[in-house]
Amino acid sequence: MTAVTALRGMPAADPIASATPVAPRLRIEDVRLEYTTRQGKTVLAIDDISIDVPDNQFAVIVGPSGCGKSSLLYLVAGLNEPTSGRILLGNEEVDGPGPDRGMVFQSYTLFPWLTVRENVEFGLKRRKLPQAERDEIVNRYLNETGLAAFHDAYPKQLSGGMMQRVAIARALANDPKILLMDEPFGALDSQTRNSMQKLLLRVWEQHKKTVLFVTHDIDEAILLGDRIYVMTARPGRLKEEVVVDIPRPRSLDMVMDPEFIAVKRKILELLKNEIKDDEH
Amino acid sequence: MARKRSIVDLCLTPKAEIPTGLRFAVSTLMWLLVIGAWSLATYGGFMQEIFLPSPTAVIAAFFRLFEDGTLGQHIWASVQVVVIGFVISSIIAVPLGLLMGTFRVVQAGLEPLVNFIRYLPVTSFVPLFILWIGIGIEQRIMVIFFGTFFQQLVMIADVSRGVQKDLINASYTLGATRRDAVLHVLAPAAMPGVLDTLRVTMGWAWTYLVVAELVAASSGLGYISMKAMRGFQVDVIFLAIAVIGLLGLLTDLVFRLLRMRLVAWAS
Ligand SMILES: Nc1ncnc2c1ncn2[C@@H]1O[C@H](COP(=O)(O)OP(=O)(O)O)[C@@H](O)[C@H]1O
Ligand SMILES: [Mg+2]
Repeated sequence: MTAVTALRGMPAADPIASATPVAPRLRIEDVRLEYTTRQGKTVLAIDDISIDVPDNQFAVIVGPSGCGKSSLLYLVAGLNEPTSGRILLGNEEVDGPGPDRGMVFQSYTLFPWLTVRENVEFGLKRRKLPQAERDEIVNRYLNETGLAAFHDAYPKQLSGGMMQRVAIARALANDPKILLMDEPFGALDSQTRNSMQKLLLRVWEQHKKTVLFVTHDIDEAILLGDRIYVMTARPGRLKEEVVVDIPRPRSLDMVMDPEFIAVKRKILELLKNEIKDDEH
Repeated sequence: MARKRSIVDLCLTPKAEIPTGLRFAVSTLMWLLVIGAWSLATYGGFMQEIFLPSPTAVIAAFFRLFEDGTLGQHIWASVQVVVIGFVISSIIAVPLGLLMGTFRVVQAGLEPLVNFIRYLPVTSFVPLFILWIGIGIEQRIMVIFFGTFFQQLVMIADVSRGVQKDLINASYTLGATRRDAVLHVLAPAAMPGVLDTLRVTMGWAWTYLVVAELVAASSGLGYISMKAMRGFQVDVIFLAIAVIGLLGLLTDLVFRLLRMRLVAWAS
């Protein structure tokens, strides 16, 4: 069943994509990460995390700030190597960054010298797709993210919310197997944030890609996620996996629903204990 | 109710904006003060004409040298030296500086050496250059090159180091190779900083001109001012200084325009 839904959401014009049946499962196995600071000290950022994200799931990581959420995402992206343990996407072990793992960063990372259109086109150009095909894909994602009117603008002309839209379109246009998102709406005001959440819900419910999404906003986590991984304070460990059984399509007014509030209470409790643990 | 703040209040508040009119008035006033003091010292007879020429004497010197065509020749000679020296330096320093800021090996290899050389006074190398490459235009170009190259290298390496690492990371997650990341991310991202560096170091290149033309030159603005010193023609020295300053200002303007055109995308 998953194969069918996934195929429907895939860009049809892309031969590579249509050959990929499902967004594969992500397995993080016994991953530890130590940083060596400039002074030569080692800091344990992630302590033995194992996470198994099934196909086509929207997985969310929440945890106190500094617990290693970004670090974990960088590991999955292949931008950094775990000290021990391994990460598998499908049957392949992650070894360096690649276009199969798209990422939306916490900081704004649009290329300022490229227009919105050229930013979205960046990955397609690296893959040397012909111009007509690139245009077709870019236009589709610009429309989907409501950016068509801004296609010729430069990033400096855009608001923060718009920039993150472009970043999402840019990652999706490349048709990655998994989408990694590091607090993409963290810097936005609450209204823009809500409209971005709505947009992401709509886009995701269409494509059903595997997503690994980091946030410290619990409402956001429950609204978007199929499952939520709650992390402990540094060194980051997996505290608990919470499955969110709220039916889709989801909408923003669900935050008042009793089942939503029940999940929220649970997560708040987990995080509160976490902060208490930390104070001893 | 908020009271409108007085001008005095604005002037005394750190970083507060002042009205445009006031800004221009103060700038003009400073120029008038300098020229006024100069006029007073010379026309008032406080300074001897032989040490400090009057404004009119400098203007007269300008017309004298302009009309017999020598000023044009000397300006052209100097422009050649500065521009050639600067261009050769930039052609090497820009790519090398970018590599130095990007690849730690290149940095490890070059940085200690460059940091040592760039603090050596250019003037102390002039005798050596003359010994090695003679007294032709090459020697003068060499002085400009030596004066700008190492500064450019260090500044451009800094520009490249300042490129946000997540821009490069983002390109990797979009399928860029390392080569792509250097050519299609690092290089364009560094452009505004590179142009700024070129603008600033071009100004420094002008300041080395007189050093370059100090010895054994037979034309150029530095040369005429050396010659004028021997003939006690202070007005010509002043003229040469003013022309060098104006040329520097002009190249600065060119780089500002270039930056606005080429990297309009930068804020
Ligand atoms: N490059 C680094 N060198 C040393 N320590 C780091 C580095 N990056 C992150 N850390 C540390 O690792 C911990 C986890 O960081 P991070 O993954 O950014 O946390 P989060 O995204 O959850 O806020 C923090 O304590 C941080 O200070
Ligand atoms: Mg973070």
